[in-house]
Amino acid sequence: MAAHHKMDDRVGRDRLEEMAQGVIGEPLDRPEGELKVSGRATYAMDGLPAGCRHGVLVRSTVAKGRLRAFDVDSVERLPGVRAVIADDRFIKNPAQGMAGKAPAQDTREILFFGQPVALVVADTFEQARHGAQILRQEVERAEDAPVSLDDPTAQLDTPSNKQSSSGDIDAAMRASPFTIDATYTTPGHASAAMEPHASVATWEDERLTLQASYQMLRYNRAELADALGIEEDNVRLLAPYVGGGFGSKLGIAPEAVAAAIASKELGTPVGVAMTRQNEFEMVLRRSDTRQRIRLAADETGRLIGIGHDALVTNLPGEKFSEPVTQATPFLYCGDNRAIGHKIARIHRTPSGSVRAPGEAVGVTALEIAIDELAAACGIDPVELRRRNIPDQDPSKEIPFSSHMLAKALETGAARFGWSKRNASPGEVREGEWLIGLGMASAARVNMLIESKASVTLTKQGRATIETDMTDIGTGTYAILGQVAAEMLGLPVTDVETRLGDTNLPPASGSGGSFGAASNGTAVFLACEEIRQQLCTKLDCNPEDLTLKDRHAVVGNRRIPVVDILNGEDIRGEGHVEPGEAEDKVRQATYGSYFAEVAVNSVTGEVRVRRMLGVFAAGRILNAKTARSQCLGE
Amino acid sequence: METDTRTTLLDALRNDLGLTGTKKGCDHGQCGACTVLADGRRINSCLTLACMHDGEEIVTIEGLGAPGRLSALQRAFIHHDGFQCGYCTPGQICSASAMLGEIEAGWPSSVTADVAGRPDLTAQEVSERMSGNLCRCSAYPNIIEAILDVAKAKGS
Ligand code: FES
Ligand code: FES
Repeated sequence: MAAHHKMDDRVGRDRLEEMAQGVIGEPLDRPEGELKVSGRATYAMDGLPAGCRHGVLVRSTVAKGRLRAFDVDSVERLPGVRAVIADDRFIKNPAQGMAGKAPAQDTREILFFGQPVALVVADTFEQARHGAQILRQEVERAEDAPVSLDDPTAQLDTPSNKQSSSGDIDAAMRASPFTIDATYTTPGHASAAMEPHASVATWEDERLTLQASYQMLRYNRAELADALGIEEDNVRLLAPYVGGGFGSKLGIAPEAVAAAIASKELGTPVGVAMTRQNEFEMVLRRSDTRQRIRLAADETGRLIGIGHDALVTNLPGEKFSEPVTQATPFLYCGDNRAIGHKIARIHRTPSGSVRAPGEAVGVTALEIAIDELAAACGIDPVELRRRNIPDQDPSKEIPFSSHMLAKALETGAARFGWSKRNASPGEVREGEWLIGLGMASAARVNMLIESKASVTLTKQGRATIETDMTDIGTGTYAILGQVAAEMLGLPVTDVETRLGDTNLPPASGSGGSFGAASNGTAVFLACEEIRQQLCTKLDCNPEDLTLKDRHAVVGNRRIPVVDILNGEDIRGEGHVEPGEAEDKVRQATYGSYFAEVAVNSVTGEVRVRRMLGVFAAGRILNAKTARSQCLGE
Repeated sequence: METDTRTTLLDALRNDLGLTGTKKGCDHGQCGACTVLADGRRINSCLTLACMHDGEEIVTIEGLGAPGRLSALQRAFIHHDGFQCGYCTPGQICSASAMLGEIEAGWPSSVTADVAGRPDLTAQEVSERMSGNLCRCSAYPNIIEAILDVAKAKGS
């Protein structure tokens, strides 16, 4: 039986709050902790199947050109080398997040330095690495390859759906007593997850199993099948543990496709792990940006205008562009607004989603400009931000689902001791160190992604959660177990969570900070379905059923759940989908940051001495893992 | 055992001996994920060849504890949530277990004020001494708490 929910409106009722087990939100240890601290958690390259060969990717050494030939013979003669493979189906770069289809193929056409062009497969890693290092490539090199954001020869795209304006920002800038017009640049970033991309491919007839390191398995399965030209049903992905993602493992990457093709060709399992160097060259990077920000404020510091123009880079043909201005339309008020977005097409590793695409660089620049405005109009930075909190989304003119920025600013300022700040630069010194305090607002758009999960309440009274969701360090194992334990009245140790297998119901995957809300809701719905079935057996209304400590309480009856099950399992399926709520209300997470920074006046050395982050992240499912998410990830 | 002269200690452990608890993060000495104990000292197993360690005692994370019989450090890492994805964790724990011995033996670090005296067990000392072990998930504050907890329990 399936419980389905489309998020069209506010639910208006807090079901988890009505439960009795009392484990939701508790700072419980991660259930997979023992495996992780003892080296027993199995990541992609741990536990290679018998007879597994090793593959090492070969990269291009020019930014643009055409690969004419390889000196295959001299490599295939090396001891242990089984094959040098360059196949039309190889992919140039990882798929963008949630693409669901293969990215650009044909690796003979070279579009960036470091692009994969071949795979050397050998009996051992050492043999394959040696072959990959000496493989000579004959390349016809193209000279017209702009590689920097500023290159005047780079083609500049101005996508019309990424420009918007209302009012007249130029007039607002002319008319305002306080204005800021500044340009900021941010460098590119690499996700650099600790576990490199890795895939181990095994075929049984026409069926492929890939044990790999990915974030969004249902999309990855479709991408891999599309790249190989086979049916999705013939592909199974396994990723029970993922050594970090940060966006870099959203889409299927070159090593997966290469491992699958090599394994099919050689008739043995093949494992391919990217080298750390490959990670920086073949994996999507965060775009570098150039951002012009214009702010116009009245005498009281109230914003009348905001302009945010962004220039980002990507490879020709790639659809993604860093959503730099994502938070600008709703973070602060102002009637005159303009958003601009340009993409310089350059021949570097393509850009894609890296931790908090958009806000990580866009809010940073906007917040620096807001600080400059605070200095220009002589208003405290916290106060200036507070004055500019809009009472509805000023661009779409829709209400906020909730708005916690003012609270986050107040709480942060009080806890940090902001009132003790000396606002004049250069006045606080400790020996040769100059000390300053700074702060910023934080915002991140909220998303819900279609997600499914199943939960089985077994006849022994234990629960099993099944979904192809991943835990990339975010705490999925912990929180899903807590949701089910709360809903079914079980200790968390009675709940087993099975993740990372495309044979299980397809989840949202881990990305965009939507995993807990999306997949957690699917598990919640599956449990609601089980509760419903228990009610049928007990002949009671759902509101009258309390589940706690393996017992059902209805009226004055208290019955062990195993007795109700009476030798039968109950299975529930949950399915959540985004709906109209996305358009009806603006949804975002808010927060504030405060920092004390010391700069050495002699050497210029910078030290962050103290930092505080205050976040309104919705319902906290596990206080321990949530705190860890705030500290890092 | 027999292995290729080019095989690093890390790959020998993982591929030849099936001890995959030791992780490969960078394969060139920058991340510490491959830290093991060779004759009691912590080393990056990716930076040394297996054939250079003939006859030595190598201890990996598997040798420090297993589910059900974890070491104090392993338990403290769980309690303090000193990891997220867990990929750097075996290296962190091997490194920390040797590092505590170094402090006990009185080895100074570059943040020890008096190099002739006994180093203090401070967050700054632990952070400096663990700086060879990167954690991309940034569990650093929790890792430091976990290590200090164990060190203090030992000392008292
Ligand atoms: S794998 Fe050895 S230091 Fe990174
Ligand atoms: S726990 Fe992920 S790198 Fe440290």
